[in-house]
Amino acid sequence: MSTIKDDLAAPVVAAPAGGPEGFSPAGAVASLLRRARGGDVGPLPVIIGLAVIWAVMQVLNDAFLSPRNLVNLLTQCASVGTIAIGVVLVLLVAQIDLSIGSMSGLSAAILGVGLTQLGWSLPVTIAVALAAGLVLGLVYSAALAWFGVPTFVATLAGLLALLGLQLQILGTHGSINIPFDTWIVRFMQQMYVPRAASYVLAAAVAVLYLLSRLARARRRRHHGLPAGSQSSAIALSVALLVVLEVACWYLNQDHGISAPFVLFVVLVVIIDILLSRTRWGRQVYAVGGSIEAARRAGINVHRIIASALVLGTLFATLGGLLAAGRIAAASTSSGTGTVNLNAIAAAVIGGTSLFGGRGNAYSALLGILVIQSIANGLTLLNLAASVQFMITGGVLMVAVIVDSLTRRRRAAHGRA
Amino acid sequence: MTQIEPAQSAAAAVPGEALLSLRGISKAFGAVQALADVDLDVHAGEVVALLGDNGAGKSTLVKILSGVHPPDAGTITFRGDVVSIGSPVAARELGIATVYQDLALCDNLDVVANLFLGREQTKVLLSEEVMEQQASSLLQQLSAKLPSLRSPVAGLSGGQRQTVAIARSLVGSPAVVILDEPTAALGVAQTAEVLNLIERLRERGHGVLLITHNLVDVKEVADRAVVLRLGRNNGMFDLQHASDEQIVAAITGATTSAVTRRAAAKATKAGEGE
Repeated sequence: MSTIKDDLAAPVVAAPAGGPEGFSPAGAVASLLRRARGGDVGPLPVIIGLAVIWAVMQVLNDAFLSPRNLVNLLTQCASVGTIAIGVVLVLLVAQIDLSIGSMSGLSAAILGVGLTQLGWSLPVTIAVALAAGLVLGLVYSAALAWFGVPTFVATLAGLLALLGLQLQILGTHGSINIPFDTWIVRFMQQMYVPRAASYVLAAAVAVLYLLSRLARARRRRHHGLPAGSQSSAIALSVALLVVLEVACWYLNQDHGISAPFVLFVVLVVIIDILLSRTRWGRQVYAVGGSIEAARRAGINVHRIIASALVLGTLFATLGGLLAAGRIAAASTSSGTGTVNLNAIAAAVIGGTSLFGGRGNAYSALLGILVIQSIANGLTLLNLAASVQFMITGGVLMVAVIVDSLTRRRRAAHGRA
Repeated sequence: MTQIEPAQSAAAAVPGEALLSLRGISKAFGAVQALADVDLDVHAGEVVALLGDNGAGKSTLVKILSGVHPPDAGTITFRGDVVSIGSPVAARELGIATVYQDLALCDNLDVVANLFLGREQTKVLLSEEVMEQQASSLLQQLSAKLPSLRSPVAGLSGGQRQTVAIARSLVGSPAVVILDEPTAALGVAQTAEVLNLIERLRERGHGVLLITHNLVDVKEVADRAVVLRLGRNNGMFDLQHASDEQIVAAITGATTSAVTRRAAAKATKAGEGE
């Protein structure tokens, strides 16, 4: 009897990308340079920028890189960084929210008045503030979907109206102190990850990263797809482990890692997973990339934009609550001044495009680190607010120029 | 949920089975009669070219088939059943996929994401590997050459983008694929790529409705040509026998007269007879 073999096992994709060769640093650098020339720079410019800022600040004042100051710096990132996560989401669907500062101020006012004058419990107060944020996001979404009001205009109106509401709620007091024994104040001012726990946490993060990489490689092999090299996954995980453990050790010289910063990073990771691994996230990018293509693909465009706008206002609300907890007060100046622009600048500096469809949750983290490093460093130097504004403005300008340049490079290399 | 089942769709469609039959389709926009009493058939494993000058009603007909506009009168029969196509989603679910001229791809998303846009496969999280494998095997069946499935489609050439758009229309195994001017913006080599792809669709047993201005393309890949003029049927040609002059005359109406109408009517009968 003759044997007949169907050649069913023919490989689906011919060239396995970097499979057997394993991980080589030279190869990684070369591919990084190739991508950078094509305009796909990733987070590299921000990380280099951050290193430069830290170096300059350290030269100008050797207290800048001290454990005490870095602990402080990370904690300062939490509130505006949380707002910036929402900004990333709103920018990804090619919209803008200019009222995030006012919304955070309003939520601070609700927190102050609710806790001290109305006698609400903390959970109820937080729920009321979040409900206000939810309603605001729905109002913007409805204005856009039903009346075609661009978010730029709707949120500009919101900026004024919410500021008015904030002043109204605060009434004649102008400023309300929140008792120091309130949980949110203790959370923002005094809670740190215990030293031993921080090392375990850092190790857990690295292990989780490795496991997720390996699981992904296993799924890809299972489906007959090139899986990339295991050694590079292990090398990156080890590098991550070392960096995190050293950072923990250094910060533990002082108070250690603050709880608010951990909360902020956890939120960033959650949003990153939602954006990159769920259908909703895919549709957010699609709407930001081409609203017409998304609509024709059967995506409910209005619903996706609404979800991003609502999350934007909710994160602004949460950021306002954290900020009020940090200073243990709500005042007429809560959420005013630089909050609005710092949050938007953080998202853009971190690499989220103002033009929609490009960016990720981590840009909120990177961007706010840059912004707060500048603010913190300049404060250490005792520079006036005027100089701080000018320098932050300059950095934002540079970030937007980088955004535009990489966009142009992508266009030149056909990756617009 | 969504599955690419090329083999099944090809097997289900008996070669020559009438997939789509339009009878007496009319559509008016206000005082403008865009379509009047139009007939059209698309069979399985057949490429039908829909020809006509600007304003002949080609786009209106496509929009009726893809569920954008309802017809004012006439019947649409799909696989033997009279159907009404109420929305683009309904058309897609029925098995009529349309590739529009402007492609409607998301430049910032990669090939796999574009192929499955709006019908992503998930198990709580996206099943990236399942989608990538299906995309890869679909593109392989189409003999499509793309540099990478995981880079943004903005980096692809015009022909490759057209390939992605056509491949996307095949996700969900439609019986009929409507291509609106697929080669209009392409160079010679890229046009050849797309024409190959159209032949591949025919081999897979899809009925293809090809809307185009380009007679050369029509001659290359189409089996039959249906000509619309001023919203009416103005001839149907078996491309094995028809001359360019006859077709051009039908498109432009240059020789519209009792004689050509008789010839066109004969050709129509012959076309229906096969």
